[in-house]
Amino acid sequence: MSSGGQRNRTREEDGKAHTGAGLMSPAAGTVLLRWVALFVLFNGAMTVLRLWEPLWWAAALVNFVLLVRIAEQGALLVPARFARTYERSLAVAFPLVLLAGWQLVVGAEILSPTWFPPPTRIVRALWELATGFDEFTGTSLFGRPWEIPARLAEDGLKDGAAAFTAESHLFATLMRVFAGFAIGAVPGVLLGMVMGVSRTVRAMVDATLSAFYVLPKIAIFPIMMLVFPNPFGEGPKIAVVAISAFFLVAINTMVGVRDIEPVYLEAGRNYGATGRRMFRHVIIPAALPVIFGGLRIALGTALIVIIAIEFVRSRTGVGYLTFYYWEILSPDKMYAGLVVVMILGVGLTTGLKALERVVMPWRRDPGRSDPGG
Amino acid sequence: MTKISAEGICKSFAGPRQRVEAVRSFSLDVREGEFVCLVGPSGCGKSTFLRIVAGLMEATSGRLEIHRDAEDGRPLNSMVFQEYAVFPWKTVSENVAFGLAMRNVPRKERDARTAEWIDRVGLRRFAHHYPHQLSGGMRQRVGIARALANDPEILLMDEPLGALDAQTRTVLQEELLRIWQSRRKTVMYVTHSIEEAVLLGDRVVLMTAHPGTNKAEFTVPLERPRTLQTTTDPQFSRLSYQIWEELRDEVQRSMEENA
Repeated sequence: MSSGGQRNRTREEDGKAHTGAGLMSPAAGTVLLRWVALFVLFNGAMTVLRLWEPLWWAAALVNFVLLVRIAEQGALLVPARFARTYERSLAVAFPLVLLAGWQLVVGAEILSPTWFPPPTRIVRALWELATGFDEFTGTSLFGRPWEIPARLAEDGLKDGAAAFTAESHLFATLMRVFAGFAIGAVPGVLLGMVMGVSRTVRAMVDATLSAFYVLPKIAIFPIMMLVFPNPFGEGPKIAVVAISAFFLVAINTMVGVRDIEPVYLEAGRNYGATGRRMFRHVIIPAALPVIFGGLRIALGTALIVIIAIEFVRSRTGVGYLTFYYWEILSPDKMYAGLVVVMILGVGLTTGLKALERVVMPWRRDPGRSDPGG
Repeated sequence: MTKISAEGICKSFAGPRQRVEAVRSFSLDVREGEFVCLVGPSGCGKSTFLRIVAGLMEATSGRLEIHRDAEDGRPLNSMVFQEYAVFPWKTVSENVAFGLAMRNVPRKERDARTAEWIDRVGLRRFAHHYPHQLSGGMRQRVGIARALANDPEILLMDEPLGALDAQTRTVLQEELLRIWQSRRKTVMYVTHSIEEAVLLGDRVVLMTAHPGTNKAEFTVPLERPRTLQTTTDPQFSRLSYQIWEELRDEVQRSMEENA
């Protein structure tokens, strides 16, 4: 292993040294072919020797290493201007390979297709969930948005919209995440600001905040059910999401404000910024990158918390849906529910990133344009 | 006419175990329109003294008087900070306009003065760029323009060129000379470069190593207007060396203290 690594290093150095002479490409191409051949050979041997069943996990590991080597060699052949495209395509190709591997392993019944349904079946289940309507519970995943115009025409604006929101699991989850996140993050930012600015408040509150911070917020769900008049309503669920977001956002905001470069504050003061203007022009923008870091973590946590709560105590939501299909032993749809959660997570994070770019235009990097002197 | 008069300024900070004395009984008078350079080994309290003059810190004891002559809303002082204290979240023109905006200078006048100073430091093409898109030298030009657009009675500069490479530094020194020649503002300039102090200043004030107090003072006899060519004047090298002779022991002491 170590000698292989060393050999590889010298080869790369050779490659760099000979770039000008154009000697690198054929050499790298040959090496690439060799790795591909090894990959084919290995998998062929596994099949011929019928080793897949007992050793599929070890084979998966070896295949991963081989694929990494192939991808690395491939990178040497890619022209510099396509290097980024190449890396991005790796990011797309890897999960596809993973899914294909899953499909093969389950297809060969090495893993039980009942409990680990192949991706194709999950996709089909996802389609059924997306388009179908559960007569028994009167719900569907998206709430059948294509029915909206007909419903509005039939029931009028208010009742039509209500029917849609009551039917859609996705809407229920999203609403809880957004409401809880907003209710928690806004006071979180405010408290964090105060803590960042005032040493005294920080000294008073910090220890308490840290203690609550480590508490798994889902553990306070029972308390919230006691607090709210309707323990099974939306109140306790949103409250737990809000509390989770609150602590994360407060602590990050505090750190962001506390760690502002003192020279920015001095500059602000020297040029006459006081009070509200100091916040608006110096403190908030200076702390914003760290605050957004906190918001990102808080949004992810909000999703975790709400799915967990929906597992436990809810009749709506994507978490409920997922757990429901586990209870009625329909793994295809359970996996489909998990996929929806994943897509939801990626979507929310992407949305927040987009917001970040709008709010902090100075963090966008269109490249240093022509800096001279 | 005396613009700034500081007498027996002391400043100490509460340290973890004992009080740390940064400045001890430092005195300095600066005339109206004078360019005074403060030189001393690093950590000698020259930046601390500058911050006391700027009003960003209170002196522990001593008397500081700054003669204020304009009542037309001009700020008393504006500071150019070391390294990159321009706001990364504001564009070049927003940075330059910052002091004017904080003082509620009417929009039209603010825009005109901002544009003028951006032009004067040669950043017209970059007016709507953010600092991270600029080089270090250009960023410090923004810092200088931000201070000068504010039109302060006193310009305070805290090692403004300290973080720049030697060549960029030289370019900006020439630029500072050119700008100062046309304005003749009262300037207090902190630097650890003797050559920079001699090239720019009317007077070079030496501080001792920590805690900083008066060590020596030199009047720069070189004629104005100066350019980089001034550095070839024999008087320039002689004075620089003379200052170095005085400073050497202090630097030695400061190195030993920090060891």
